[in-house]
Amino acid sequence: MAKVTYNGQIVDTDADTSLLEALLAQGCEIPNSCRAGACQSCLMQATKGEIPAQAQAGLKETLKAQGYLLACRCYPHQDMEVRLPVSGAVRIPVTVIEEDMLATDVKRVRVRPEADFVYRPGQYVTLWCDARLGRSYSLASVPGRDDHLEMHIKLVPDGRMSRWVHEHLHVGDRLLLQGPAGNCFYVPGAPQQNLLLAGTGTGLAPLYGIAKDALRAGHQGDIYLLHGAPEPSGLYLREELSALARAHENFRYISCVLVSDGPLPEGIQLGAIDELALGVAPSLAGWKIYLCGVPQLVNQLRKKIFLAGARINDIYADPFLSVADARKAAA
Amino acid sequence: MANLFERLGGEAAVNQAVENFYRKVLTDDRISHFFSDVDMDRQIAKQKGFLTMVFGGPNNYTGKDLREGHRHLVAKGLNDGHVDAVIELLGETLKELRAAEEDIKEVAAIAESVRDDVLNR
Ligand SMILES: Cc1cc2nc3c(=O)[nH]c(=O)nc-3n(C[C@H](O)[C@H](O)[C@H](O)COP(=O)(O)OP(=O)(O)OC[C@H]3O[C@@H](n4cnc5c(N)ncnc54)[C@H](O)[C@@H]3O)c2cc1C
Ligand code: HEM
Repeated sequence: MAKVTYNGQIVDTDADTSLLEALLAQGCEIPNSCRAGACQSCLMQATKGEIPAQAQAGLKETLKAQGYLLACRCYPHQDMEVRLPVSGAVRIPVTVIEEDMLATDVKRVRVRPEADFVYRPGQYVTLWCDARLGRSYSLASVPGRDDHLEMHIKLVPDGRMSRWVHEHLHVGDRLLLQGPAGNCFYVPGAPQQNLLLAGTGTGLAPLYGIAKDALRAGHQGDIYLLHGAPEPSGLYLREELSALARAHENFRYISCVLVSDGPLPEGIQLGAIDELALGVAPSLAGWKIYLCGVPQLVNQLRKKIFLAGARINDIYADPFLSVADARKAAA
Repeated sequence: MANLFERLGGEAAVNQAVENFYRKVLTDDRISHFFSDVDMDRQIAKQKGFLTMVFGGPNNYTGKDLREGHRHLVAKGLNDGHVDAVIELLGETLKELRAAEEDIKEVAAIAESVRDDVLNR
């Protein structure tokens, strides 16, 4: 059992209780969301004590070197002293320069960072609405081509952050952003490999970024981008993606819905995204795969695509874990 | 003469075998329901533990670990038929790796030797 000092309080942890859980149980207000090591909103800094390696998995080297850790992944072996990141240390200010609605419940937000920001399209950032509420959003923009960062934010029923973004975030506003994180991005070096990018809802944001990145890098293998939604109103950027497909012979855009009231607009297929994904080729052996969006779908697709022959290390999956998933996992 | 684990190709062979073995397990109707855990990374790590052990590689599993590790599965009906299926898939995986017939027998014998522990008998 280790003792952790935070803000003058001493908190006991044990092998089954993460630092985050222990602090929350003591009534400390620690920002958090996915509680699975993905969103990085529970980032803290150790000022004393040994940091378990697992608590730093996925962090940038520069953050590791400064003793940052993820509280949800930290099971201390030894006494430690921790604090929340000092303001300005890991979060940079950004200004909103553009906002528009891509679908009835999807808002596109473009922000301009006020400091150098190095990232790969498809990685995600934590956007902070205030000091306590931060959520992950994936980047659809491409460095070098865009001087802004682009995010697609879906309005989630009773979602605190997404509602704030939809109702209160406007051009000219300044807010803080942290990151980037994640390894779901295009890696040059295998220009002939076929790529399959599949996602639902705002899972399109990282996939759109990755596709543009791959095309810019001159990727030669086939690139299939599959976007699914429950109904046609959930599909967005169809014009842009169709235009990309017209401009690049090796890029295919497939959109699909589960149900439709009226006749389907041209180009949209009726069907489940997993069936269409498995249908792109007789075998997915040798393909590189990117999967983003709702966790349940991402995990299910990952398994099916593995069974269809893709190697585990060739499947990059970014489940958009939320507070609701953290609750499910705890239950 | 190299030991079994080295003859099979050591850790590299385990890494090569694990995905094919896991694919077989997940698509075999006799046993796939024991492997429904959605966390594939965790499952693959466990399969590596399993393969390293039956390939005769360095591992720390005791009979007691195997009893405890499979108790919840025995409660769900794990039986001799399932062990037979696992040994069969193991053999197929090894054949694909072009392992020698003798070595495949030796691997099966290692798996066989812990049957009672796995089945909590
Ligand atoms: C790596 C990563 C990338 C992501 N990228 C994107 C992206 O590009 N675009 C995007 O739109 N989203 C993305 N997300 C999801 C995003 O981070 C948020 O989870 C999402 O916006 C919801 O946040 P919120 O504050 O609005 O909702 P929260 O207030 O956190 O609530 C989330 C959900 O939980 C439910 N909930 C809340 N409380 C309870 C309760 N007590 N019991 C049961 N359910 C409850 C809410 O109804 C809601 O459905 C990503 C997530 C991750 C981890
Ligand atoms: C034939 C002899 C067997 C041996 C030597 C063996 C060995 C092992 C080992 C060493 C582990 C632990 C891996 C780890 O935790 O690191 C394990 C886990 C597991 N085994 Fe076996 N196993 C055998 C048979 C079976 C059979 C027949 C089944 C079911 C059909 C099975 C299903 C599982 C499952 C599902 C787990 C993971 C349990 C969990 O999620 O906690 N095993 N096995």
